[in-house]
Order: sequence, then structure tokens, then C-alpha cells
Amino acid sequence: MIPYAAPVFNSDTSPFMALTREDVLRAARLARIRVDDAEADAVLEQLVRIFGMIEEMQAVDVTGVEPMAHAQDLTLRLRDDVVTEADQRALFQSVAPRVERGLYLVPKVIE
Amino acid sequence: MDAGVSPGFRTRRESPGQTPVHTLTLKALSDGLAAGAFSSVEATSLFLKRIKALGPKYNCFVALDEERSLAQAREADRARVAGRAGALTGVPIAHKDIFCAKGWLSSCGSKMLSNFVSPYDAHVVEKLIDAGAVTLGKTNMDEFAMGSSNETSWYGPVRNPWDTQTVPGGSSGGSAAAVAARLAPGATGTDTGGSIRQPAALSGICGLKPTYGVVSRYGMIAFASSLDQAGPMARSAEDMGLMLNAMAGFDARDSTSLERPAEDYGRDLGKDLSGLRIGLPSEFFADGVAPDVAKAVEAAIAQYKALGCETVEVTLPNMRLSVPVYYVLAPAEASSNLARFDGVRYGYRTPKYRDLDEMYEKTRAEGFGAEVKRRILIGTYVLSHGYYDAYYIRAQKLRRLIAQDFASAFAKCDVIMGPTSPTTAFRLGEKAADPVRMYLSDIYTIAVNLAGLPGLSIPCGLDGKGLPVGLQIIGDYFREAQMLNVAHRYQLATDWHLRAPPDIDA
Repeated sequence: MIPYAAPVFNSDTSPFMALTREDVLRAARLARIRVDDAEADAVLEQLVRIFGMIEEMQAVDVTGVEPMAHAQDLTLRLRDDVVTEADQRALFQSVAPRVERGLYLVPKVIE
Repeated sequence: MDAGVSPGFRTRRESPGQTPVHTLTLKALSDGLAAGAFSSVEATSLFLKRIKALGPKYNCFVALDEERSLAQAREADRARVAGRAGALTGVPIAHKDIFCAKGWLSSCGSKMLSNFVSPYDAHVVEKLIDAGAVTLGKTNMDEFAMGSSNETSWYGPVRNPWDTQTVPGGSSGGSAAAVAARLAPGATGTDTGGSIRQPAALSGICGLKPTYGVVSRYGMIAFASSLDQAGPMARSAEDMGLMLNAMAGFDARDSTSLERPAEDYGRDLGKDLSGLRIGLPSEFFADGVAPDVAKAVEAAIAQYKALGCETVEVTLPNMRLSVPVYYVLAPAEASSNLARFDGVRYGYRTPKYRDLDEMYEKTRAEGFGAEVKRRILIGTYVLSHGYYDAYYIRAQKLRRLIAQDFASAFAKCDVIMGPTSPTTAFRLGEKAADPVRMYLSDIYTIAVNLAGLPGLSIPCGLDGKGLPVGLQIIGDYFREAQMLNVAHRYQLATDWHLRAPPDIDA
């Protein structure tokens, strides 16, 4: 059973969007995730459905409402400016894909 | 029970007719250890044996390390002899694989971390070890906790011990199945949008998501940091209190950990419930809830009335927006948190690449599963230029309206009750192809995370197919002790929490 009917996405009446293949490929580039041409259509189809559900948010008046970033009103703590971390470089680098002389190895970025 | 698996292991010192150790609640197990009825090494060996025999059937564990577990058990037995034993000393507890545990695989259900052996312990793991608990193994989960059925795990789906053709719920599905199948007396879980409560409901066990900030997120692999909260999964309210006592507490390494005095979460157990005002939001009982679920929850509420509680109608008018709001905020936070998986410092790296960009893109395309990639793309999109205000900021404003609905409701009642999930366990594959349908299975749990409130689920009945129904109890901020007593009083009057899946000894 579908416990709760999702609104039908209608790009004609939505003020905001008709998600396109280019949007998917742009987001993929920004997120550094390779999405090939064959995959892009399938991903687009799923995202259109999900954004159709998300669009329901646009129906509510939020004028004057303060955004809520967090569950508790917290002031960030400050700690004393002292060294608290021990040197564990070798331990932490033991799980790295490629390391040499204490350095993480990646492909050359400057020619 | 499958052929070749003996029904229940008994420890040497038990006489026939005595309860087999694996069927004991965590509290009874703790009492048995204290009384010397069995040692931690005996109890731990028994659970390990059960996990090896039955674990594969449910696919609920992703890592076992018998030597390490038994070494901890021996240490706990020595501590007891030396007079240094607490309630959890020697009690075996399984960890959701989202928690980093030193020397253990800590994969978060992902190929991306399938080679990651953590060099350090999460705060929760550290606290449970300090309390003397034995790490029994790591449990399967939806990849990066993104799922409601445990079908997105790189290690394959977990099967529900009540019916192996159905899902255990998610994302803490391995922990839920392990406790339901009596493979562990308790397990840790995490809940970002219902990932403790929904699997607890679908697997017929108890699960508690504390107030945001009560349990440290240090070493808990991040999904959506403003929503993620760890909590206990066990077989009774009393058991959850014992676990939460060890898990909760301030930790400077988590910037949102709350500095509050230590609490005994079991302190209210047994208190009378007369006059307790139970808020019933009409939204929880609207169309969409399965009739058998509604019936079981209504019967539970009738039980509470018999215990002297009053019911009050409340409304949560913005709750219907919690799913859309969540699917903007959680992916937005996830897209940022999961940026760290780049194949440089830990985890998977693609074998072939020509340059740095290609290394990143292929590593992430190959290392993440479809659901995780989908959410990263949603998050990247809603945070991108031109859409930030329309989606992200608007969702944050709606988040406040949802939180305010709860504040108005708690002016009229002490706790809120309703179903944990609109349905009982659904069939494997039933919702896997339709993300929106899957997302809606968390319709009753997500609002609690957005508000940062504590919520728990306890078993309250079975549907027509014999599958468990969960009752959700939501409290005001920091009311965990009261909520645990509300659950406990129900469990003293009923036996739903003692029911076991058909082929598991109760």
C-alpha cells in the first residue's frame, strides 16, 4: 500500500523547476561523481519523482519564519588554545590507499 | 528452525528447564553474570556460536572477531572477580557498522569503506567498553544509513527474522534483526529519520532515539549531522535504559554534544502513570495507516487508559511536510559530509585513472551505491546557486514550523503516541524500485528528528500475517527517563515485547 499519496509533479504549474538532464550532469560534476550518458536518464527519472514530492514545500507560506538549522539553540564552545592531539600520522596513514614517506599520493595536479 | 541448528544452547551450569541464556533480556543477563550463573566468556561464546549458525540466514552481521570479543569477555570476568563490575560488565553488545571501532571493519554498509579498519573508537564504543561491555560484532545496515529497508547495503539485504521474505526495516536493520533473532541481547543503532525506531517496529523489538545532542556523534560516520543521533536497540525499556546510561554523556569532540549532568535513565521505572496525558495527533491516525497497525496501536492506547492515563487530541499540521523537508535537508548535509570520501586518505580508490578529477569521479561512482549517489546529487542540487533559497532555506523554515507544532502539542500533553510506521514489514524488493514510496515509510518518524525530540518504539501487537507492530512514544526534550517508564509500565502489563519470531525460542 502507498501510505500517503505524493503529489503529481507538474512542470507547467510548478514555479520552480522542470529538472533536466543537464541539471543532473551538472550536479554530478559538482559532486565529483561520474554519471555516464546511459545512467543519466534513469537518474533523471528518479530525481524528477523525488522533486515532485519535494515541491509540496512550495505550497506553504513561510513569510517571517526564521530558518532552523539545528535542533538545539547552541553556542559553539571554545577550547583552550593548547595541543590536544598526539601524533598518530603513521596509524592514520596505515589505512590510506597510497602513501609514501608520510605523504598521501595522488596524481600529479601541476604539469 | 533450520535443520542442523540445535534449538538453543544452554550453558554448562544451567539445569534443564532453566532459561537458555540467549533468551534472557539484557537486564536478566546482567543479573545472571552478577550472580555467577554464567561467565561473560560463556555468554559471549554462546552468542558467537548462535551468530555463526543463524547470522547468515538473516545476513545481519558484517564482521565478527571472536578472539577480540573473547579477550574482552575474559577481561570482564577478571574485572568482576576484582570487584570492579557494573551493570554492563561482560554483557555482549553488537554495534551498527556506522560506529568506528578500533581494529574492526567499519564499513557503514558501503563498498567505499569495505576495506576500512578503524584506527580509533567512536565515543559510544569507547563508553560501552569502559562500562565493561563486550563488542559482539558489527551489524549490517543501509549504505551510509540511507534506507528504510536495509536493501541498500553493499553486503546485501538483511532478512527479517519474523519472515525472511520481508525486510527488517532500516537503516539499523542488522541490529534490529540480531536482537529479534536473539543473536545479541542489545545493539547500538543510529536514527537520522527513523533508522532506530522503524526497524525496531518492523522487527518486533524496542529502540530509542534520544534527544539530539545527548549521545556524542564522535566516530559515528556522518550522514546528516543536524539530525543524526545514536541510541540503544534491545528487548525491553529497562534494557534500553541500561544501555543509554552507558552511551550518553558530554563529549568535547562533538561540537553539538550537550553539557548536561549525568542521568540515570532508569530512575523513573515503576512510577505510577495515573494522570499521564497522552497526546494523540489526528495526523497519525489518518488514511494511509494499515488497518492492522491502527488496531494494535489503538489497543495499546486502551491499555494505557486502563493504567490510568488520559488521552488528549493534539494536531501536528505541518507533519505532512516532514518528508519533503527531510529530503532537502538530509541530502544537503549528506552531500557535504560525504565529500570526504575521495580515495585519498582512506577507503576505496578506483584502480585506473589518468588524473585527479578522474580519480575522484570514478572512485565515487564505483564506491557509492545508487541510493547514496542519488542523495548526494539531490543535496548538491538544492545547495547550488539559484536553488539554495527555494529549497534549502525554505526547508529550514518549515523545519521550524514542524518543531513549533510539537511545542504546541506538548503544552497539552506529556507524551505523544501513534504508530511508528504506517505498515508492518514489507516484502524484499517491494519498494526498492520506487524511492518516493520507500521514503514515505518514515512518515511518522522523520518529524521527531527535525525537531530534535526523543522518540522510541516498542512492540504492541502482530498484524494478520503475524508481523510485529510498533507503538511510537515521543517525549518532550530530555524526557527519556519518563518515556522509558511509560514503555516499561506497558511492558509490565503486556507481553508483546517478549514474543519471538516463529522459529526463535522466546
